[in-house]
Amino acid sequence: MHAVNDLSLEIRRGNVYGILGPNGSGKSTTLGIVLNVVNKTSGTYEWFGGTKDTHNALKKVGAIIERPNFYPYMTAYQNLELVCKIKEAPISKIDEKLELVGLLDRKDSKFRTFSLGMKQRLAIASALLNDPEILILDEPTNGLDPQGIHQIRDLVKKIAAQGTTILLASHLLDEVEKVCSHVLILRKGKMLYSGPVDGINASECYELRCANNEQLADHLGGYPGFKSVTAEGDKLLMFTSTPIDTAHLNRYLAEKSLYVSHLAVRRRTLEEQFLELTKESL
Amino acid sequence: MKRLFSIEFQKIWMNRSSRILLISYFIILSFIALIASLKIEIGSFNMRLADQGIFNFPYIWHFNTYIAAVLKLFLAIVIVSMMANEYSYGTLKQNLIDGLSKKEFVLSKFYTVVAMALASTVYVFLLSLILGLSFSSYDETSIIFTDLQFIAAYFLKLTAFFSFCLFLGILVKRSAFALGFLLVWNIFEGIVFAILRVGFFADSPDTARSVMRFLPLESMANLIKEPFTRLSLIKQIETSIGGAANAKIYDVQFVDVVIVLAWTVIFVLMSYTILKKRDL
Repeated sequence: MHAVNDLSLEIRRGNVYGILGPNGSGKSTTLGIVLNVVNKTSGTYEWFGGTKDTHNALKKVGAIIERPNFYPYMTAYQNLELVCKIKEAPISKIDEKLELVGLLDRKDSKFRTFSLGMKQRLAIASALLNDPEILILDEPTNGLDPQGIHQIRDLVKKIAAQGTTILLASHLLDEVEKVCSHVLILRKGKMLYSGPVDGINASECYELRCANNEQLADHLGGYPGFKSVTAEGDKLLMFTSTPIDTAHLNRYLAEKSLYVSHLAVRRRTLEEQFLELTKESL
Repeated sequence: MKRLFSIEFQKIWMNRSSRILLISYFIILSFIALIASLKIEIGSFNMRLADQGIFNFPYIWHFNTYIAAVLKLFLAIVIVSMMANEYSYGTLKQNLIDGLSKKEFVLSKFYTVVAMALASTVYVFLLSLILGLSFSSYDETSIIFTDLQFIAAYFLKLTAFFSFCLFLGILVKRSAFALGFLLVWNIFEGIVFAILRVGFFADSPDTARSVMRFLPLESMANLIKEPFTRLSLIKQIETSIGGAANAKIYDVQFVDVVIVLAWTVIFVLMSYTILKKRDL
């Protein structure tokens, strides 16, 4: 049994990547392998074009895996001081990063007194200490309340705006949709899709309804660019490979004596596309 | 090396329990001095231990290192829990992600082990020197610095023992279980000895002992042999009861040094191997 199988991926500078997949799809395992905490059975990876060995490359990377891990008996500042020693980053960065995540006034509080949201923000501050070229976040909003989720997302956007490459693993679709420019969809350790978030909208979807849906479905099949049609309640959903002009479609149907009472372009959410993608491979 | 040690030192020193244990250890170690004031009174028989030559150079080096080694369990707790904490806090994983290599991680722990052994050794050396200068009947420089082999053996013994604890901490991941394992191992060595003695080498106890000396805890114990029968008072008793003094070798044996060094290397390498093989 392989947690991750046949996965190949290249991260380019300056983009925000989302790794999307249901729980247990291999997101954390993939990140664990490149972060040198999970042993791989086969395959290779390299950091920054292979110019550095893994542990030195990791000093130029910021990463948070699953939950914030710090020494509970040390203060926020002391914890970051330790990370600075490990990453060989200047101590002077600590205040700057604490300011960024809004924890500067709590810097002398012990880590164990922090709420989960604060812990997660401290983890982000810690990951940023070395001004990393790439920031890896694994489920950064897991277990947070709506306000905490919002704070983290704002923070991620802020960091992305500064030009840092970000790799965000999540099972939350809207999170990836809101934050990322590229997406990689995993299921059972296999890659289902990899490319720009917009590119995933390869098929267009239109809602139609008329008095005789069966006849309508027959005639839609002859329309240029048609891919498939399915029924949804009293409506038909038509998928096309290219965007079509709805006015043209309306005239086409009218010429066949079919008068639609409803015609609309449906904007498909990432969730629907994700479900469709993961369903196809079942 | 300085970087690795300072990382580890911060982890330990900021932890209140570890700090208290470390301080208590050194305070309790000082209480060896109190043995000096111990008086044994049996009827008209009156004896002050300090006057019996236990603080005489060079015997004091042997006596103090033997007694001080008993307290090493304090530091063992600190070492085992510093490792177990890394697992339970998830900081081992985080340290590696932050850019510490697995090798550096084990090295930083090993440096700490050596530093603790060294601190304890220096402390025992100074303590013995002061006690000796105050109570010893001989104070010629050449006599004072005779038998410093015991100080060196003490350092080696602690380093090896702490490396064993470090290895158990990495292997077992839980401090209580690791210490339990240490106890179980101790009993195991006892059982092995019993089996060898009664079963395989029933007719030659020396052979049993020469096999036993290869086991880790036994080899560490062999480095500094018990000093009590060496005391002139006990020797007198022995001579009067048995007719002849026990002709035992008390010196640190070269073979034991080699065995203990080998175990230290094995423990450190095994710690590294486990860490390398394990998914964290």
